[in-house]
Amino acid sequence: MTRELWKGNEAIAEAAVRAGLQAYFGYPITPQTEALEYLSWRLPELGRAFLQAESELGAINMVYGAACAGARTMTTTSSPGTSLMMEGLSYIAGTEVPMVLVDVVRGGPGLGNIAPAQGDYNQIVHGGGHGDYHPIVLAPASIQETIDTIYGVFDIADKYRTIGIIMVDGSIGQMMEPVTLPPMKEVRKNWPAWAASATEGKRERNVLTSIYLDPKQEEITNLRLMKTWQQIEKNEVRYKEYFMDDAKFAVVGFGSAGRVALSAVRAARAEGIPVGLFRPISLSPFPKEQIFELSQKLQGLFVVEMNSGMMLDDVMLASQGRIPVEFYGRMGGVMPFPDEILREIRLLHANGWKSEGHPRERWLAKLETIIKEEQ
Amino acid sequence: MTIHLEDMQVIYQHPESLLNVNTHYCPGCTHGVAHRLVAEVIDEMNLRNDCIGVASVGCSVFAYNYFDFDFIQSPHGRAPAMATGVKRVHPDKVVLTYQGDGDMISIGTAEITHAAARGENITVIFINNANYGMTGGQMAPTTLPGQKTTSSPKGRDVEQAGYPIRASEMLATLDGAGYIARRSLHDPKNIRLAKKAIRTAFETQVRGLGFSMVELLSICPTNWHLNPAASTRWLEENMLPYYPLGDYKVHPALKDLKF
Amino acid sequence: MPLSGTIVVDENLCKACELCIVNCPAQVIALDKSRITPRGFHPASLYKEGCTGCGTCSVVCPEAAITVYREKRTEKESNA
Repeated sequence: MTRELWKGNEAIAEAAVRAGLQAYFGYPITPQTEALEYLSWRLPELGRAFLQAESELGAINMVYGAACAGARTMTTTSSPGTSLMMEGLSYIAGTEVPMVLVDVVRGGPGLGNIAPAQGDYNQIVHGGGHGDYHPIVLAPASIQETIDTIYGVFDIADKYRTIGIIMVDGSIGQMMEPVTLPPMKEVRKNWPAWAASATEGKRERNVLTSIYLDPKQEEITNLRLMKTWQQIEKNEVRYKEYFMDDAKFAVVGFGSAGRVALSAVRAARAEGIPVGLFRPISLSPFPKEQIFELSQKLQGLFVVEMNSGMMLDDVMLASQGRIPVEFYGRMGGVMPFPDEILREIRLLHANGWKSEGHPRERWLAKLETIIKEEQ
Repeated sequence: MTIHLEDMQVIYQHPESLLNVNTHYCPGCTHGVAHRLVAEVIDEMNLRNDCIGVASVGCSVFAYNYFDFDFIQSPHGRAPAMATGVKRVHPDKVVLTYQGDGDMISIGTAEITHAAARGENITVIFINNANYGMTGGQMAPTTLPGQKTTSSPKGRDVEQAGYPIRASEMLATLDGAGYIARRSLHDPKNIRLAKKAIRTAFETQVRGLGFSMVELLSICPTNWHLNPAASTRWLEENMLPYYPLGDYKVHPALKDLKF
Repeated sequence: MPLSGTIVVDENLCKACELCIVNCPAQVIALDKSRITPRGFHPASLYKEGCTGCGTCSVVCPEAAITVYREKRTEKESNA
């Protein structure tokens, strides 16, 4: 196992190749494009399917077709592209076919910018596409963790015939880190029994659809989706804890925000502040039981995100109002520095926790001043 | 005179690739004719076991209930993209989409155009009945100037709503297209010619000659508010002049094809 | 003399659209008003002699509901 220096987007692509990716369809969008570029030569070299689509709508529906046809398939995109793919994701969820999407999130809303952000949380964790469905959403915090997550997510998507989304931000896509790549898996040789791969006269025909005109049939389909989701909630929760054994309070952050927070927590620990870090990796299913347990033993939870507090809402739901929750976030492609988070940790440690009002209101009240001071 | 069927030869019977079930189509709707012709061609070419169909959104959304081979159902307009995904995974299989005019040349204009431009080796059956049938007869990209629909109640005003799209002519300009033809389903002679075109389209795919599409002018008696026989006359008098029948692109390798 | 033929209409499929009737060259098909199909239509059927088994009705039928039969040619006719 050699350690090599890899750029995030290219590592994402190679990890998928080694996980047995058979067909990739994508569209250029910064800060994800290197994944598309890498696969444009890598997959043909291995005799597997690569195609640059005419749009994200085209790409997600090519993935939809390839998934129905039984292939291990993936697309990569960034936030505006993810918005366009929502239609396809809802259909894919309704048809119960497995696929993987990597969303390298950038600043928004609108065209926004190409800087790292976490503003896609709500659109991918809480749907975005129409109807009742839940994708699996995993948010790694380093290139190595991203590689390992992608390497395993195809199997999970196959197991539950569901959507697996890797949500990283633009910094993970763009930066380089030393990593170890996993071994090459063999490509699937037999098509799944349910796939529309042509009968070849050997079986009954397969039909894959997401339309059930009879509401009772659609409800039965929804029930099946929800029962699958219950299994996923039971089996697929992932998170990491740092300095939590003797922590009096905890920072909660995912992806790069969690990684920045770890630096702040380390610095706070050096100052003797009893703070830990809880880093959700599975945003969907959300580690709500673990957060509930934390709410039974800690003084408070301090949520840090690169958005306006989208996961904050889930943390508040999971902690059920049992302990105070505080929030700090930066938006629009601004990454918080460890010092900013350390400053907030120190304030919480020194001044104690507030419970009047909403944590988002308290954060907004000071953010304007912070932005002005930085200018 | 007593007739003994067992002593007679069968001139025509229900094709094997078409399930023997009641369709949801309105009486006289030529979707049924188009389905039958596709099934006959697939039978004749012995392709059923290798076929994967992609249904679209519109009246033909349930096409998968009628064709007896693997089928998937696409979001509105995206059938060519889904078919692309299928074909790239199974290049040795026969992939077809079955799309209406609203699906293919309104919401799905990008997907069909790029599938044709790529020379995607799929076959598209394109039903042009000059309106949105499934939603109750609204103006489609193919609705004729002056034609009354539920969303152009005074007749399509080209000053306000623009002009119809001639999809075959448009797609035939693309180098990736191997075979593009327009036929009509309004009378027996034209139906026979339509079947030959569908055969040619599948021959195009089987030979790997690129994108193939047959546009089929069709009647929509319910939304045209005409009985089926009067609908065929309306098609002949109004659609044929605007949508001339013919071959718009024929790959040189297809020219000597005999069947 | 034209060969004689006949048709069998699958009454589960026929929707009484009358396209076979208007297109029949021999004009020998009509809706049978004395019967109603399971779907509530008067089915198309031969109402008089003269069917040649030409198959035109099956070509225009949107439901693929019509099976067409034709008298076999005798050897003499085939050779002629």
